Amino acid sequence: MADATHTPRKRVMPRVNGSAVVMGLYLLFLLLPIYWLLTMSLKTNTEILGAFTLWPHNITFDNYTTILTDPSWYTGYLNSMTYVVLNMLISLAVALPAAYAFSRYSFMGDKHLFFWLLTNRMAPPAVFALPFFQLYSSIGLFDTHIAVALAHALFNVPLAVWILEGFMRGVPKEIDETAYIDGYSFPRFFVKIFTPLVASGIGVTAFFLFMFSWVELLLSRTLTSVDAKPIAATMTRTVGASGIDWGVLAAAGVLTILPGALVIYFVRNYIAKGFALGRV
Amino acid sequence: MNKTVNQKAWFLILPVLVLVAFSAVIPLMTVVNYSVQDTFGNNQFFWAGLEWFETMLASDRMWAALGRQIAFSTIILMIEIPLGIFVALNMPKKGFWASFCLVLMSLPLLIPWNVVGTIWQIFGRVDIGLLGYTMNAIGIDYNYTQDFYAAWITVIVMDVWHWTSLVALLAYAGLQSIPDAYYQAAKIDQAGRWKVFRFIELPKIMGVLMIAILLRFMDSFMIYTEPFVVTGGGPGNSTTFLSIDLVKMALGQFDLGPAAAFSIMYYLVILLVSYVFYTVMTNLDKRDGH
Amino acid sequence: MAKITLQNLAHSYLPNPTREEDYALKSMNHDWVDGEAYALLGSSGCGKSTLLNIISGLLHPSEGRILFDDKDVTMAPTTQRNIAQVFQFPVVYDTMTVRDNLAFPLRNRGSDPAYIKERVQQIAAMIGMEDTLDRKARGLTADAKQKISLGRGMVREDVNALLFDEPLTVIDPHMKWELRTQLKSLHHEFGHTMIYVTHDQTEALTFADKVVVMYDGRVVQMGTPQQLFETPEHTFVGYFIGSPGMNVLDAEVSGDTAVIAGTQIALGKGFGTLTGKVELGVRPEFTSLKSGDVGLPVTIKRVEDVGRHKIVRTDFEGHEINVIAGEGESISPDMNRVVFDPAGVNIYSDSWRVSPQAT
Repeated sequence: MADATHTPRKRVMPRVNGSAVVMGLYLLFLLLPIYWLLTMSLKTNTEILGAFTLWPHNITFDNYTTILTDPSWYTGYLNSMTYVVLNMLISLAVALPAAYAFSRYSFMGDKHLFFWLLTNRMAPPAVFALPFFQLYSSIGLFDTHIAVALAHALFNVPLAVWILEGFMRGVPKEIDETAYIDGYSFPRFFVKIFTPLVASGIGVTAFFLFMFSWVELLLSRTLTSVDAKPIAATMTRTVGASGIDWGVLAAAGVLTILPGALVIYFVRNYIAKGFALGRV
Repeated sequence: MNKTVNQKAWFLILPVLVLVAFSAVIPLMTVVNYSVQDTFGNNQFFWAGLEWFETMLASDRMWAALGRQIAFSTIILMIEIPLGIFVALNMPKKGFWASFCLVLMSLPLLIPWNVVGTIWQIFGRVDIGLLGYTMNAIGIDYNYTQDFYAAWITVIVMDVWHWTSLVALLAYAGLQSIPDAYYQAAKIDQAGRWKVFRFIELPKIMGVLMIAILLRFMDSFMIYTEPFVVTGGGPGNSTTFLSIDLVKMALGQFDLGPAAAFSIMYYLVILLVSYVFYTVMTNLDKRDGH
Repeated sequence: MAKITLQNLAHSYLPNPTREEDYALKSMNHDWVDGEAYALLGSSGCGKSTLLNIISGLLHPSEGRILFDDKDVTMAPTTQRNIAQVFQFPVVYDTMTVRDNLAFPLRNRGSDPAYIKERVQQIAAMIGMEDTLDRKARGLTADAKQKISLGRGMVREDVNALLFDEPLTVIDPHMKWELRTQLKSLHHEFGHTMIYVTHDQTEALTFADKVVVMYDGRVVQMGTPQQLFETPEHTFVGYFIGSPGMNVLDAEVSGDTAVIAGTQIALGKGFGTLTGKVELGVRPEFTSLKSGDVGLPVTIKRVEDVGRHKIVRTDFEGHEINVIAGEGESISPDMNRVVFDPAGVNIYSDSWRVSPQAT
């Protein structure tokens, strides 16, 4: 029996061992294939095809050097980044006013319009592969960054509108009204007052726009051939010819993971909030 | 918020409308066009009516692809949803470890889909892949390029690896929004862990779960790149899902008519399912008072 | 039902507290008598929710012990303490019916179904919700849900204490009165030990047999509403209770006279010589306005007619002194003195009340 003296006692903390084990196993499951890719990128082809090793015995950065110095490789990255950024800009530019309208006004056909927009997010890219190919060829935009950016916009814009509308709903209408009373014109109000208020929403949207455009392969490969060839297409090129250059392929893969990792790291504090809106 | 009625809002919607209409309506019209026409080449088309639709509906190939697709989507949903919830329940709630887990968990979601395929293609190989090599080292005959079961298991595990985090993150966000008082009340009511889950956590994350299920079902129904990179649809056509089959038909064989008819039916199925989900979700929202 | 004892109880949220400010709850020894209704009153941040959570077991104190009927439960989890707690916002299990909500704690213990059914019926009658028993809890009003929370707490017959953490916060004003009345009658009928946390003095004074006033992590007074009113043990109790609260003025006291800014005031009781910060406290109800040269010189700033009485706000050298006058009394501008009734005067040293010496 403890005595009733005035001695501070350490609080007994509940141990979270079970959860730690579960998370540890899950994270291990997620990281193991990535680790494997990483080690492969640091091995020479001889080591890869030779005896099986769990980690690179002769670390080499040659694979990375190849990619960073060979234009046919690094332009792939540049092309991908270009159309992803283009897509983000276009999508945000058109989605912001639309989301604003959906959040503040009711108008003829608004609910049906919103649903129709969402259905485009649900559209299977495969259905659009051939039509897009023909469409963009016919207007002379085949093999351009803008073509891919526009094609991705079909799926990204509804997503952007959906997420932004959710954030904008949280900004009270009274702020708009006060601004008008204060003499702001609509464009000025939108840029100077409204946008800063939904800044975190724009950040979350940009994250998801990046995510869906950066990862997509089918359309980005269908609509390009040489000039705007994304890294995904370049990687699939290494299959064939005189066997597969595994080391370089792995290095290319690792390099595509980097932008994603960086983006996540920068928005890590908002990830939970973004998903909290439940609108992905 | 009470929305004001204002038809001028259409002007704000116009850019979106134009962009999406351009991207969606025009190609769809092309597809519809192709689906009701036939050609002997030389860009000469003639009306074929519903012939392609009938052919498609009668085609074993399409039904086989549909069957594989439904099987695939069902299996991965049955794994990813419970697993995602389970992971979310075990994630740290705040602090350094929470950020750490969030960042690492999000990683697979941002890897280009072809690289996802490449990672698993390598990982599963018997000669150079950790998984393949280990499997054979412990005596399991594993070869995804030749064996039907191995191919399916690889593709499924890959999808689970790729997307479970999405479900987990959504569920996690839902769980974060539950006020502490509910857990405290449950303690006072002497409720066990399972009851806490069933009566407090599950009802409160139902909304986000519906979204997760909808998204995963939709996206898995349209899956193309990852399985294509790993198995190419093989061995044979055992992992040829709907999108892979469609692309083969449209871009590979340039069978425009059947491909178009296929596309339309494909799209309609997805529309139907998403309409159902959307209605369920908005009703859930209404019930919760949003 | 149980007697609750706090022994040298203190709590700090910091891992290594050194100074007094590090403690959210400063060391206290108190008994809560079995079967009494207590109100735990104080402003936000004074530690009342912390204390409540320590009693319920949702928080383990960093120092000291807490006993239920002389059994040490300091480290016992909530599930073992057999208490019920009603929170600030209604906590109900939305997916269950009212009946299932009420039955939940009993089902978790594996009680006999026939017994559960009977008990649920009893409790539903008590809270007046018999006709909504089979409705889903989700769509009900806030006060109905709080009643369900209350009922769920009382459904266990051997519950040691009922704890309420500002339960009427989300209730509409006109329902607050009804719920309070119901709580009081439940207390009379069943005699549970009840501890009701609030920052609203009206709620506290009307609900409780004894009011426990907390300030800055300390219990400054535990007493009946009358005791709190007539002899506040701490200047804070004086401020907080009463509307307006007690007037507190710096004073020098020796023997049976107090001197406030040069004016002498007869106290009628001896206090000896006092050190530290000495203050004189007197409630507006024990003051009156006079003209002439006896009493403190004041200027009248405002007269507020509240209906059954008037509140006169006066200014004394930069300090506000409030006087309560009857509704029939006339206040004339030449009233420039405030006189205190010695029966209502309290002397404080370092904010704590000094008892008058026996004469």
